[in-house]
This record gives sequence, structure tokens and C-alpha cells, in this order.
Amino acid sequence: MGLSPESAPPATTTAATAVRREDAAVSPAGAGPARAGRRRTGVLLALGMAAALGALCLLSAGLGAYDIPVGDVLGSLLHRAGLGGAALDRVGESVLWNVRLPRLALALLVGASLGCAGALMQGVFGNPLAEPGVIGVSSGAAVGAVASIALGLGFLGNWTVTACAFAGGLVTVLLVYALSRSGGRTEVVTLILTGIAVNAFAGALIGLCVFLADNAQITQITFWQLGSLAQATWPKVLAVLPCALAGLAVAPWYARKLDLLALGERPARHLGVDVERLRLVLVLVVALLTAAAVAVAGIITFVGLLVPHLLRMAAGPGHRFLVPGSALGGALVLVAADLAARTAAQPAELPLGVLTALFGSPFFFWLLRRTRRRQGGWA
Amino acid sequence: MRSFFARRARRLPSPAPLGSVRAEARALRVGLGGRNVLDGVDLSVAAGEVVALVGPNGAGKSTLLAALARDLTAASGEVRIDGAPADAWSAGELALRRAVLPQSAELSFPFTAGEVVRMGRAPWAGTAAEDEDDAAVEAAMAATEVAGFASRPFAALSGGERARVALARVLAQRAPLLLLDEPTAALDLRHQELVLRVCRERAAAGDAVVVVLHDLGLAGAYADRVAVLHEGRVVADGPPAEVYLPELLGRVYGQPVDVFDHPHSGEPLVIPRRAGRDFAP
Repeated sequence: MGLSPESAPPATTTAATAVRREDAAVSPAGAGPARAGRRRTGVLLALGMAAALGALCLLSAGLGAYDIPVGDVLGSLLHRAGLGGAALDRVGESVLWNVRLPRLALALLVGASLGCAGALMQGVFGNPLAEPGVIGVSSGAAVGAVASIALGLGFLGNWTVTACAFAGGLVTVLLVYALSRSGGRTEVVTLILTGIAVNAFAGALIGLCVFLADNAQITQITFWQLGSLAQATWPKVLAVLPCALAGLAVAPWYARKLDLLALGERPARHLGVDVERLRLVLVLVVALLTAAAVAVAGIITFVGLLVPHLLRMAAGPGHRFLVPGSALGGALVLVAADLAARTAAQPAELPLGVLTALFGSPFFFWLLRRTRRRQGGWA
Repeated sequence: MRSFFARRARRLPSPAPLGSVRAEARALRVGLGGRNVLDGVDLSVAAGEVVALVGPNGAGKSTLLAALARDLTAASGEVRIDGAPADAWSAGELALRRAVLPQSAELSFPFTAGEVVRMGRAPWAGTAAEDEDDAAVEAAMAATEVAGFASRPFAALSGGERARVALARVLAQRAPLLLLDEPTAALDLRHQELVLRVCRERAAAGDAVVVVLHDLGLAGAYADRVAVLHEGRVVADGPPAEVYLPELLGRVYGQPVDVFDHPHSGEPLVIPRRAGRDFAP
């Protein structure tokens, strides 16, 4: 095994382990209380989020137009796992396994992807207000999806929209990266400005697609853009699973380097970080995670912005907790939001993206003012 | 997964005898924005010595330091670190050999001062020296007198406190070559002396130190050698007593100066020649 920074033991994917690693490093005089406090907060947060997520998943699997008691949900799960329990009646079993659970799995994957992508993005740009949409992944993916709907493409059957969105997002982010790179470096300002230009171009392309589309297609495009998990099926879950899992597995390996990047590009380089390589890998991971989420669920905003921000305020900015923690927190927020979207206005269903933006933006605004007041600015 | 991310093994730095060259620039030319900021610079720094870079604004001091840190690529000439061309080292290997204090310390997330200092230990992760992490952090914070606010957010510190925390991070890195860009700029009188005493201690322990300074008095009092830069060239390089010549400094700075010996310590003092207290228009 080499001794390069990459091969240094990274934080594992569970927040608890990430925190335990810090235990070994007893802090020097003065640093003790704060470090210990943040560590304890991190452990408690991770445990709390995991417990809440478990409970919410069971609840979400049971609640809906066809109510299934939580005990019966557990029974059916155990039955399928071969651990006793009992199957539900035919309708219940079908609702649970063909409707609720794929939707739940998709919410978990999309939420974890968005949360994790947000944390990575903010780390890469060194800006707590950066979000995946900034570099154009979301709008690039949207162009792919909208074009496939408007042009009536169907070469991959049910997966066509997903695949096109994914391809669009990935192409866009690579394009942004290539355009904003000069002399072997990527200046953050150039990257963000290029992202803005690409976003504008993507907006124009989406407009063009809507102009070309017929009425039925426009309805479909509009609902996709609002963000929803209503069309969840197991094949869709499988379509996102590899991308999401790959992104989520790679991300924590770069947590310590993201901490160093907070010092700035040059100091990070002085501490042995290959900044260009780090940025390229993380931009690809962000593209993977965001494109996967946008492809199946449309544009869901604020999860990637809000979750890392909240966790940073609670448990400090260390990425060894923040990256896996944001994945957990993102999953929690999205499962909760989807449950609300399904049940708040029964039998109608609220668009998920609208719901997260509706509650997310005022909350975020409040956070901004609070943090700014406390820190005396954004230093 | 491990093997996928692992690159070739890092070469750890070996201790060098006092006097052996840690870093050198040979006929170095660096161009920025279409002009030569450095034009044929030769400079070397050896284990156990403190070299001060002085000169007027825009003379190329920081550029030379950045070139030694491999932040900039040379238009011609070369930079050697630890006997090998700077480009021959990987980023990780270079981080074990030289630590750099930038002119201004920035931080994009609310890490505490203690966490910032600990970042200096990152290059050693996965090596045997990782066991020294706590001792190195503690010693660095004690040397720079920052232990008292280790748990406060970096952003909440004053400019001088930040500068010392940044220096503590650099010291915690325990690299045998220290490149410090104006470490005293934000500091009060006492802490300026403290920082340069730390430089001397590190040199006595066998490190090589290159420090950019504006205060000729500090440079004269603490540096083994002073290199005077002027318009991208080193115009003088030697012990302070040999370099601090009134006509040389007067020409370089465009300001007539007088040089005295301190009555007690004998170190050279540089005083700008002033018109006296009579500032009548």
C-alpha cells in the first residue's frame, strides 16, 4: 500500500466511525472542550438522524391512501426476508412492495445523493452557499430530460428520460469544467461564471424544447421540472442505484482533503493536496450524484444547500462528519418531505420540489441572517 | 479501493547535516503578466540558517518565495529542493519537505484555531510520524502563544492572532524547510520578536528558514544572511553587516538611509535620512 494522502485511512461511510477516529487524537490544551463537544454533538446527531430515518421509513411505508399498520409493514418485511412475520393480503402486499417501497428507496437515494453532493460542492468551492446547480449539472440534466420528452424519444423505453437527463448533466459538467480550466488550473470565480453562462444556455434550450412540445408533453415537462417521486418503480431505483452508491462510497475518502481546501488552494497544495485532481474527482462525483437525483426526481432544490449548512452549524465544519452526515440528513429530509407531499393534501399529491423550496427557502433565509449575525460576516 | 487510490509510495525526507543545501534557485527567471518578475536569481538556503529576503515593494520577494515553494513555474532556470528538481517531487512529498506561510491567512469554513493548527499535520497522515501529531500541535501552539484561544473560531480572531495561528499550522507541519512570507506584518512589537526567535530556534534545530521581511532591523538582528532584491535580481546576499551599506540600500529603496551599529549589541540599524522634526511646508 502506498503512503499517498489518498491511501490514508479515510473516514468510513458511517458518521459514528468518522467521529471515533477523531477520538484517537487527544487535543492539546485549550482545544479540548470544543473538540470534545463537537465530537459528542456529531455522534448524537448521527445516531438521532439514523433513528429518525428508521422510524420515518416505517411510517412512510405504512401511511397513504391505503393505510398499512406499522406492525404489518414490519411483518411483511420480515416475511420476505425469511425471518418469520406474515405476508399481507394481496392488495396490501402489492401496495407496499410495488408502490411504497420503491418510492421510499428512491427518496432515500435521491436525498442522500443531494445532501452529499451539496456538502462536496460547498467544500470544493469553499463557499457555504454553493450548490450543485451552480455548476450547471441540474440544468444540464433538465435539458436532457426535457429534450427526450419533447422529441418523443423512446430508445430505452421507460428509462429514456432518466438516461438522457443523466447524459445531459454529465456532458454539461464536463463542458463547464473544460471551459473554466486554463493553464492547468481552475479559478473558482471562472468556474462559477461559466456555470452561470451554461445555466442561461440550458434555460434557453429548455424554453426551445417547451416551444416545440405539444400540450401533453408540456404537462409532462412541467411536472418533471417541479420534482416528484410519484413515478417510482423498482427499475427506476435500479437505474439510479449504481451512480448514487458509487458517488456516496467515493465521497468520504476526500473528506480530510476538503478540510485542507478550506485554507485556500495554495495552502492546500502546500499541505500535499493535488488540488486539480481533487477538484476533478469531486466535480465528477457531484455530477454523478446530482444527475442521478435530477434524472428520476426532477429539480429538487434546497436539500443540497440546507442540510450541510444545518449540520455544519450543529457539529462544526469538519468534512469527515459533514460528508456522510449530509447524506444521512438529506435522506431524512427527503423521506419526510415525500411523506408530506403524499399525505398533506390527500388524495391529491403536492409536487415534492415545490414543497422543499416552499419550506426550504424561508428557513434558509433565516439561517443566513442568523449565521451572518453570529459570525459577523461570511469569513 | 485502497489500491485504486494509492499512488507510488512517498519518499520521506531524511535528516540533513547542518550546512547542506535544502533549497536553491539557479538562474531563475519567472514571468508574470508579460514581464520578468524574477530575472536570473541565484539563491540557496542551507540547513541551520535563516535567510531574510528584503527589498522594496514589487522587487520580487514574494515571487521568489512562491517559486521556492513551487507555486510558480520557472520560465527558465530551476528550483531544487532537497537535492532534486522541485518538479520531481509529488505534492505529498513536497509537503513533507517544505512548509509555507502565505501572506494572508484565509479560511472558508468556521474551523476553530486548534483545528486549523492540526491541519498542518495532514502531510504525515499514514506515516510513523503521525504519532507525533499531538506533540507537534501542542508545541507549535505554545511557541506562537495561541493555545489560549485554540477553541475559538478562526474567523473570530484578530488579524495578529490569525497570523500566529497560521504560523502555528506551518510549524506543526515540521518540514525541514520553512518559507515565510511576511510573518510579522500583522504583529505587534513583542510578537514580531517572538516569531523571529521561533525562526532562530528552528534553524538551531537544523531547519532551513527563508523569511520575507520589510523591517530591516528585524532582518539584521535575526538573519544569518540577508538577500536584497531589486527589480527581480538579487543585488546583495550576505551577512547583514556586509549587506547593509548606506549607498546600496539608498539606491535600492530610493530613500537615503544611515546605518549605525547598535551601541550594545553591535547589530546594524538602518534609519531613513529624515529632514528632522521640522515638517513646515
